[in-house]
Amino acid sequence: MTHAPAIDDSVAAREAERRSFGRRAQAFLLARPGLARLGVIAVLFGIWEIAARFYVDKMFLSPPSSVFTSLHTVFLTPGVPAALRITFFELSIAFVLSIAIGLTVGLTVGLNRFSHRSFMPIILLLYGTPQVTILPLFILYFGIGPASKIAFGVTHGMFPIMVTVIAGVQNIKPILLTSAKSMGASRWHIFRWVIFPHMIPSFFSGMRLAMTGVLLGVLLAELYVSTAGIGYYTTLFTQNFDPTKLLGLISMLAAMAIGLNELVRRAETRFSRWRSG
Amino acid sequence: MTPRAGPDRGRWASRAVQALFLIAFLSLWAFATTWGHVSPILLPNPLAVLEELTDVLKTGEFIGDLRVTLTELAFGFAISMIAGTLVGYLISRSPYAIKVLEPLMAGIYSVPIILFLPLYVLFFGLGPPSKIALGATISFFPIALNTIAGFGYIDKIFITSARSMGASNYQLFRFVLLPAAFPVILTGLRMGFTVALLAILGSETIASLAGLGHRTVHLSESMDMARMFAYITFVVVVVAFLNTVMSSLEAKGKRG
Repeated sequence: MTHAPAIDDSVAAREAERRSFGRRAQAFLLARPGLARLGVIAVLFGIWEIAARFYVDKMFLSPPSSVFTSLHTVFLTPGVPAALRITFFELSIAFVLSIAIGLTVGLTVGLNRFSHRSFMPIILLLYGTPQVTILPLFILYFGIGPASKIAFGVTHGMFPIMVTVIAGVQNIKPILLTSAKSMGASRWHIFRWVIFPHMIPSFFSGMRLAMTGVLLGVLLAELYVSTAGIGYYTTLFTQNFDPTKLLGLISMLAAMAIGLNELVRRAETRFSRWRSG
Repeated sequence: MTPRAGPDRGRWASRAVQALFLIAFLSLWAFATTWGHVSPILLPNPLAVLEELTDVLKTGEFIGDLRVTLTELAFGFAISMIAGTLVGYLISRSPYAIKVLEPLMAGIYSVPIILFLPLYVLFFGLGPPSKIALGATISFFPIALNTIAGFGYIDKIFITSARSMGASNYQLFRFVLLPAAFPVILTGLRMGFTVALLAILGSETIASLAGLGHRTVHLSESMDMARMFAYITFVVVVVAFLNTVMSSLEAKGKRG
């Protein structure tokens, strides 16, 4: 940790200039970090490919090339398309319910100073509790079908929304409220034109956190016990020592998660733009 | 929005509401299970839970499972702490590396890594190694990303002025870089600790041979609800305690 930290990157750049070998390529990559990133990803996949082909038992790891070429066989496994649909359905319902509950509770608690002071600590306490310890209870109450996954996803998704909505309707600059009031705004007007727009950016960052939470909750419950969802198939492929299909299924789910996260993130930047400009 | 009461009176009133909320919750639970027609298999009586909890604590039955979980947590967190800060530091040395690697790591971080649990079980078996590996993987990312954020975005003027005053590399690291980055790294460590704990409890719940998560599932499967609730209470208290310790360490480290 005590070695020299190269602070100035112009030193590195000058060194790159000096070396004639691959000078252009280096400059090219230095100007395009995105391309270098793709290169890093390619190298990682290369390591995976080589490791899986020559060093690791085929029972445990298969190379990415065969995972991608046999991706369609995962779909051909009876029940997998339906399982992906079920998981997607669970995720959407849980997300919508999280928003509805989070928004209702958040506004109820946040709009009133007294209820904020009374219930905010309780909400934070519940938010900080690891819900995974009560996962067996959800199975007990809601069965092993989609209902328990949705309920468990909701418990992970609603708290971030509550907390961010509360934070959004609090912390409003008093001058905005005072000026609105002095211009004769009614309570509804204040809510509609001051508090509501102020809440939107934090609400959307809450939605992003909620999406992460819902994904975690639904997938945890799926992996715990499942009869038709993807949890069933990950267990099946693991027990059959079929890493090609397992990796295929996992990468499809990861793609689904990335897509959903990206969707919410886009919405967040889109709707909080008014603040910066 | 409400008329402003005296700050003291308001505080007591909210405390009273919180206490009432707790009492209402507990008495509803007690009434429903004692006189209502709630099956004890779905919801055991709070008194029975309390009895089981004292039994669990008195017999010391929890010690074995607690030790397994805490050992997994210690190993997993130690790995991610060392690897995360080291990798984060190395990346933060070059602005170019930050530009290339940080979005990549943030992207991986946004994937629910719990998905890889079946794979980890396949590689490392059902025992503690798979939990350690999953906990380390999940907590690696917040720690590394915060280390990058801590070391990578230090105001250049501090470094330039330290250099112009003749600071050696070691002095620069010890008195400029580290103090500037430390609070951010601490936040990363706290976040990493929380998610590592979650991941370990979660993977114990899903597939394991021992540990607190395993115990809860085992009791749930044998329909021993009162004891299961006792264990849930125990786990919640343990986790709350560990998180409080981490938060206060974080706060202390930031002040000092």
